[in-house]
Amino acid sequence: MKRSLYALIAGSLLAVSFSVLAAGGAIEGVEKQPINVSAIAMFMVFVLATLGITKWAAGKTKTTADFYTAGGGITGFQNGLAIAGDYMSAATLLGITSMVYFKGYDGFVYAVCFFIGWPIILFLIAERLRNLGKFTFADIASYRLDQGRIRTFAAIGSLTVVCFYLIVQMVGAGQLIQLLFGLEYNTAVAVVGILMMVYVTFGGMTATTWVQIIKACLLLGGGISLMLLTLSQFGWSLDNLFTKAIESHKLGEKLMMPGSLMADPVSAFSLSLGLLFGTAGLPHIMMRFFTVPNAKEARKSVFYATGFIGLFFLVTIVLGAGAISIVGTNPAFFEGGQVGGKIIGGGNMPVMHLAKAVGGDVFLGFLSAVAFATILAVVSGLALAGASAISHDLYARVIKKGNATSQQEMKVTRYASVGLGITAILLGIAFKDQNVLFLVALAFGVASSVNFPVLILSMYWKGLTTRGALFGGIAGLISSVGLVILSPTVWVKIFGNPAAIFPYDHPAIVSMTLAFFVTWLFSVTDKSARAAAEKEAYEEQYIRAQTGLGAAGAHAH
Amino acid sequence: MSENTIQAKVRANPKFAELVGKRTRFAIILSLVVLLPYYSFMFFVSTQPQMFAAKLGDAGIVTIGWPVAALIIIGGWLLTGVYVSRANGEFDRLTEEVLKEARK
Repeated sequence: MKRSLYALIAGSLLAVSFSVLAAGGAIEGVEKQPINVSAIAMFMVFVLATLGITKWAAGKTKTTADFYTAGGGITGFQNGLAIAGDYMSAATLLGITSMVYFKGYDGFVYAVCFFIGWPIILFLIAERLRNLGKFTFADIASYRLDQGRIRTFAAIGSLTVVCFYLIVQMVGAGQLIQLLFGLEYNTAVAVVGILMMVYVTFGGMTATTWVQIIKACLLLGGGISLMLLTLSQFGWSLDNLFTKAIESHKLGEKLMMPGSLMADPVSAFSLSLGLLFGTAGLPHIMMRFFTVPNAKEARKSVFYATGFIGLFFLVTIVLGAGAISIVGTNPAFFEGGQVGGKIIGGGNMPVMHLAKAVGGDVFLGFLSAVAFATILAVVSGLALAGASAISHDLYARVIKKGNATSQQEMKVTRYASVGLGITAILLGIAFKDQNVLFLVALAFGVASSVNFPVLILSMYWKGLTTRGALFGGIAGLISSVGLVILSPTVWVKIFGNPAAIFPYDHPAIVSMTLAFFVTWLFSVTDKSARAAAEKEAYEEQYIRAQTGLGAAGAHAH
Repeated sequence: MSENTIQAKVRANPKFAELVGKRTRFAIILSLVVLLPYYSFMFFVSTQPQMFAAKLGDAGIVTIGWPVAALIIIGGWLLTGVYVSRANGEFDRLTEEVLKEARK
């Protein structure tokens, strides 16, 4: 095991350096930038540090509990940072700043939508999740329901979300890295996939957690430094910053109030439902609650995570607004030097150009390295959640019916991580040059309409039965995926049809409602003996959820 | 003592009912304190955007929309602090008492 770890680490480092050389030899394509040496050097420091951590973590990862939950020994503060790390992806930094840059206040509303799920997760879900679960969210969904069917279905729900999200991240990684580092798209995707495999396969949750923590600190530190550099350009006055922004933006005064993004109340409501409850249904986020020793630490982790995420969003708003006048009036950042034309590198780049404008090449290199690290950390968390759905839920519980040994399960987990890594690389290459924005809608649609209803009802509703959960889940899955396909983003923009069959990009308003209704209907009409036994079993689950009696504790080392 | 008797004792303890009642009420109230302003905000953003165009102060440039949105984020975070301090203090003490009395 150990020898293969060294081999893989050496291999991935070689891959990085080779790709640097290869890219240096052949720079073609319009999008690709010259090799950015300082960015690559800083990224290499991050990679070396995290591989060192992985080696240390590999020594501590002996049992399945170590692998899935870092032995349950992470503190609330550490877990809070890691949760924030999981949630603050490169897409968040680039996407929200660019939305503020183009649409002003609408970007802020969007950030609020992405934030608001966190307090609700704490109030309604966090401690029950910790008290009932052990390794995965399927543990809770199938707590008193049919192990075979519900666990299989919950694992499929998790894997679906993980795959959609992985594609988004891999495609984003390829595009971003090609632009910032001057590497080939395919090379960039392969580097991300290989490093992710190394972290997850050898270091499990311990390594993934520390990668997340380091990345969260870098991202927050980088964001705040950039904000201070930006504010210094405006004499530390927000009034000044906004005055300049209004002067230089084509929206003018309209920049400061809600615009087109949220103009349709039904669409806005559907978006906010999907983001609010989808956040609570993301498998890699839920899994983080099992890494802390008890409900007390689980609550603390959400408090810290919410603080870091909120702070990060507020910082990105200032960055986006600052970029309007700094980047938006500088011909150096536009193709052909035409101010107001196409931004070099595409619409997601304002914050990167801002870094160059206020901090020079070294700061741009730093932020590029942080963005790369961010993607790496997020895909690692996703891969770990996917691997545990395969090994813990499907293999150990469903196929082996709980009779797998710890060693067998670990082996399957590692194969699953490698398999997911390869899948992610292939999908990343397959979706090159595609508009993957709809996959975000899909991931949140499935999370809010498949994972969330079964999770919340199994914890809160005595009447839930296997039949109800299964039919409700299937209804949620089919409707959320189906409606995204019929939505404007896919039906019109990708398939080229003249009009969308379903008018909203986010399906939650229909698919989530349908999932809850079908679950309810098929549960209350379920008069089987199994259903009666499942309702009977709620009592024991309820007491455990409320008090933590019998909950999985921290595992001694 | 078997798990079943411990559970029956927990269930019979009036402190358990007190704990669950208090905590559930608290969680629901705090959820409403987050969700009602949030959904009102979303409602007015999409139907009455000009409401958010009013300027802060006489010579100011920033509209009230910005501090309102920031307040939803900061307020949401502060409320998580409120919940955690009561849950990790009062509620956890009650939980410990209930469990201790059940194991006697």
